[in-house]
Amino acid sequence: MPESSIKDHARESRLFFRRAVVTTVIIFVLLTVLVLQLAYLQITSHEHFTTLSRENRVKLVPLPPTRGLIYDRNGVILAQNLPTHSLEITPERVDDMERTLADLGRIIDISEDDLKRFHRQRKQKRRFDSIPIRVSLSEEEVARFAVNRHRFPGVDIQARLLRNYPLGEQMAHVLGYVGRINQQELERIDTSNYAGTSHIGKTGVEKTYEKTLHGKVGMQQIEVNALGRIIRVLESHPPTPGKDLHLFLDAGLQAAATRAFGDKNGAAVAIDPRTGGVLAMVSKPGFNPNLFVEGISSADYKRLRSSEDKPLFNRVLRGQYPPGSTAKPFVGLAGLETGVIASGKKKFCPGYYQLPKHEHKYRDWKKQGHGLVSMQDAIVQSCDVYFYSLSHDLGIDKLSKFLGLFDFGRPTGVDITGELGGLLPTREWKRRARQQAWFPGETLIMGIGQGYFLTTPLQLAHATASLATHGALVPPRVVQRIQSSQQQADPPPPPLPVQLPIVDTKNWDDIIEAMVQVVEGPRGTARRIYTDKYRIAAKTGTAQVFTVKQDEEYDEETVSAKMRDHALFIAFAPVREPRIAVAVVVEHGGHGGAAAAPIARAIMDHYMLNDKP
Amino acid sequence: MKFPSASSPPAAPESTPARPQGLLAGRLHLDPPLLTGLILLCGFGLIVLYSASGEDLAQVERQLIRLAIAFSVLFVMAQVPPAQLRRWSPWLFGAGILMLIAVLVAGQIGKGAQRWLDLGLFRFQPSELIKIAVPMMLAWFLSEARLPPDWRRLSIAAGMTIVPVLLIAKQPDLGTALLVASAGIFVLFLAGISWWLIGGLAVLLGALAPLLWYLMRPYQRQRVLTFLNPESDPLGAGYHIIQSKIAIGSGGVYGKGWLNGTQSHLEFLPESSTDFIFAVLAEEFGLVGILVLLALYLFIILRGLYIATRAQDTYGRLLGGALTLVVFVYVFVNTGMVTGLLPVVGIPLPLVSYGGTSLVTIMAGFGILMSIHTHRKLLPP
Repeated sequence: MPESSIKDHARESRLFFRRAVVTTVIIFVLLTVLVLQLAYLQITSHEHFTTLSRENRVKLVPLPPTRGLIYDRNGVILAQNLPTHSLEITPERVDDMERTLADLGRIIDISEDDLKRFHRQRKQKRRFDSIPIRVSLSEEEVARFAVNRHRFPGVDIQARLLRNYPLGEQMAHVLGYVGRINQQELERIDTSNYAGTSHIGKTGVEKTYEKTLHGKVGMQQIEVNALGRIIRVLESHPPTPGKDLHLFLDAGLQAAATRAFGDKNGAAVAIDPRTGGVLAMVSKPGFNPNLFVEGISSADYKRLRSSEDKPLFNRVLRGQYPPGSTAKPFVGLAGLETGVIASGKKKFCPGYYQLPKHEHKYRDWKKQGHGLVSMQDAIVQSCDVYFYSLSHDLGIDKLSKFLGLFDFGRPTGVDITGELGGLLPTREWKRRARQQAWFPGETLIMGIGQGYFLTTPLQLAHATASLATHGALVPPRVVQRIQSSQQQADPPPPPLPVQLPIVDTKNWDDIIEAMVQVVEGPRGTARRIYTDKYRIAAKTGTAQVFTVKQDEEYDEETVSAKMRDHALFIAFAPVREPRIAVAVVVEHGGHGGAAAAPIARAIMDHYMLNDKP
Repeated sequence: MKFPSASSPPAAPESTPARPQGLLAGRLHLDPPLLTGLILLCGFGLIVLYSASGEDLAQVERQLIRLAIAFSVLFVMAQVPPAQLRRWSPWLFGAGILMLIAVLVAGQIGKGAQRWLDLGLFRFQPSELIKIAVPMMLAWFLSEARLPPDWRRLSIAAGMTIVPVLLIAKQPDLGTALLVASAGIFVLFLAGISWWLIGGLAVLLGALAPLLWYLMRPYQRQRVLTFLNPESDPLGAGYHIIQSKIAIGSGGVYGKGWLNGTQSHLEFLPESSTDFIFAVLAEEFGLVGILVLLALYLFIILRGLYIATRAQDTYGRLLGGALTLVVFVYVFVNTGMVTGLLPVVGIPLPLVSYGGTSLVTIMAGFGILMSIHTHRKLLPP
């Protein structure tokens, strides 16, 4: 056997050598495949993978801009950004969350809602993101946490800028408020510019001037790891802060107007007829806009929504009231300018008016009648019969057309969104809206500012301002100028007055004189607000809230308070070179001269006597 | 015929070093070229590990300790003469099989996958022993008779491979099972089984593939599916391969530079210091670095094959050849996985990946190779 074994040895050695060569070849083939694959990855697709690698690690983080501030005409701050302190927890750094929350609860009030929100956000965010557990900490709470801080690793106080309205309720309807961006807004806005911004203007100036106030977002290029943790900042483009707004509004005047209302509801607008600048804009009751900034609680919101007084309702822009007798100067002017009646021509008022060949008596507010009245008398004493007759003579078409010149029936174009246009009835409108022909009786009612005719307080003030300037129509404006913090003031937006056609300036003077007599005349309906410090031209009005339908019984018991007429008042001052035009509506205030006029007087007093032009 | 002097080997009891002039090659029974290659590779590995571990010096230190242990094992194994190893082969194999069964039983009791045997003082992974025991056993068994083996011996040898492979696959440890199977196959291949048989087995394996699929665990199937289409699950199972490819591809020809790999340092690359360390190297050192690494591996493997061909007996040849080729399997399966050529199989990059068990086994294998080379008897002139 040793013989064969020796022969085998040589043969086996050669066999092994051959196999070793084969394996070496295979090894080289496989290594070549490997190197080809590597060359494909590292040379051919190098750029592709470099891009992917970069996309992996480089993220863009938005830097939200600081929202522009809002000032009144005197530089009083109306909307600011206040640092608020919130207590935030980084879950990653907390060992025992249950205990930490319990211990925290002992030094700082944490409500069930807070906990719920915290746990909800905790599920959505990453472990190293800090999540607020309590917002708007008081100074005392901040201090109390600060001394205990060492006991709470992973819990920190964060300062953020939060919109704040120092004057609160008074300004709520003008400024509006900002709130968290909701789904509909998300679809509307430029999301890249709002990346990192949590709040957006919801109403009022905040909404209208959102673009100006918001500014431009900045960007930071950061390097992140696979978990999304920030490693370092690669590049940074700072944001452009939003521009500041300076309003025409006078905070003091606004306060005076609000005060003048007392506990009554209604609306008041004051406009500078020369510029269209809105000096005061009060809608009572208001609400605390600061509640909306951090997210209003559902209980608070429900209370605001369901309140009978409708505090969220902007009466200035959206409250549509029959103008009542405040329409008379405009109707009167329509009569004069169209030549339907001469200023001196008198009409007899027996206390009622009857259309020719009609039995129905259209009654004057004064049962016994005003006797023989001129245009001036009719305005001063607010004679209804005179205006029934005049309206009848004018006809609906001429009347509507003329009133339309003063922007009745359409939005004034004020720079706050959400404005309603009121209703200026026409034949056309009635056919379209009611499928009915226009009845002559409706023209009479419209002539005294009742019936279908509806105006907003802003429209009334705007029309009054236009009357004061002899037809120079300037759209009302809330914002006077826009100023960016770095650059000097932008030039003010040019006012665009539209001059109404004037047939005879004397007609305007006559109407204005009549309105002066409303205050100064012995029989003027607003004689109680007479002052010798400056001259006022005005007109009172009373608007029926609601007409009792013919088949309904008038039930004094249930509707008395809410059924009282609205008191209206329009005025401007001084009569020569007017600087302020006012419209006041006091809901369920009764007679305009009694309820609304004193408020207008308070506004004008504050403006004329304190504020130097 | 080429060995005219192979008339009758002297029955000298003491073995004399082949090259008495070299200390390493001589009394210490080390092979200087192989040792140099191994040290260079491990050194390169430590440099990459430092970066892959996120510049964690403690981790590098731990690896250094493991390397020291592994080199000690290499040194010890180099001192054991091949004849001794040959005598141990069946016993080692038997013990290995028993321990695999023990692990499986313990695993079933413990209700879960288990690969270790807790021996009180330390944990022992029998599958590592079997990686060496299987080629030893086969080399011993096949060298007992003339080569190429006859059908009977071939079937028994096949059985000796399949039993431990199945035991390991059951653990389940697909990577190790693959390595053990390849070790057995290499011994058979080097022993000269006929090409017809090899072809036939390849066809059979192809036919059995559906059965294999059926036997696979869900996570193993998922790996194969992910390999076939990694983009189908970019955040799940495909994430590893995608991120690894990004790391390699973004490295380019010259790499991003040491410690500058973003994929690994920012933790996008999973298992960056263990199974996917190759991607870290590729990202930071580029194609150039990879070619250096592959050149080192190639050098070691070719040196191993050279040692095997120069071995004096069939046992040494078969064992040395198989152990060397297993290292190539390690390299190719790992790099193939990391570059997306092969499905994800948990096999480390030998001598570079962080981790101890396989390192010791591989070094033991190289120790055996050195023993085979340095215990050759001086042939009479």
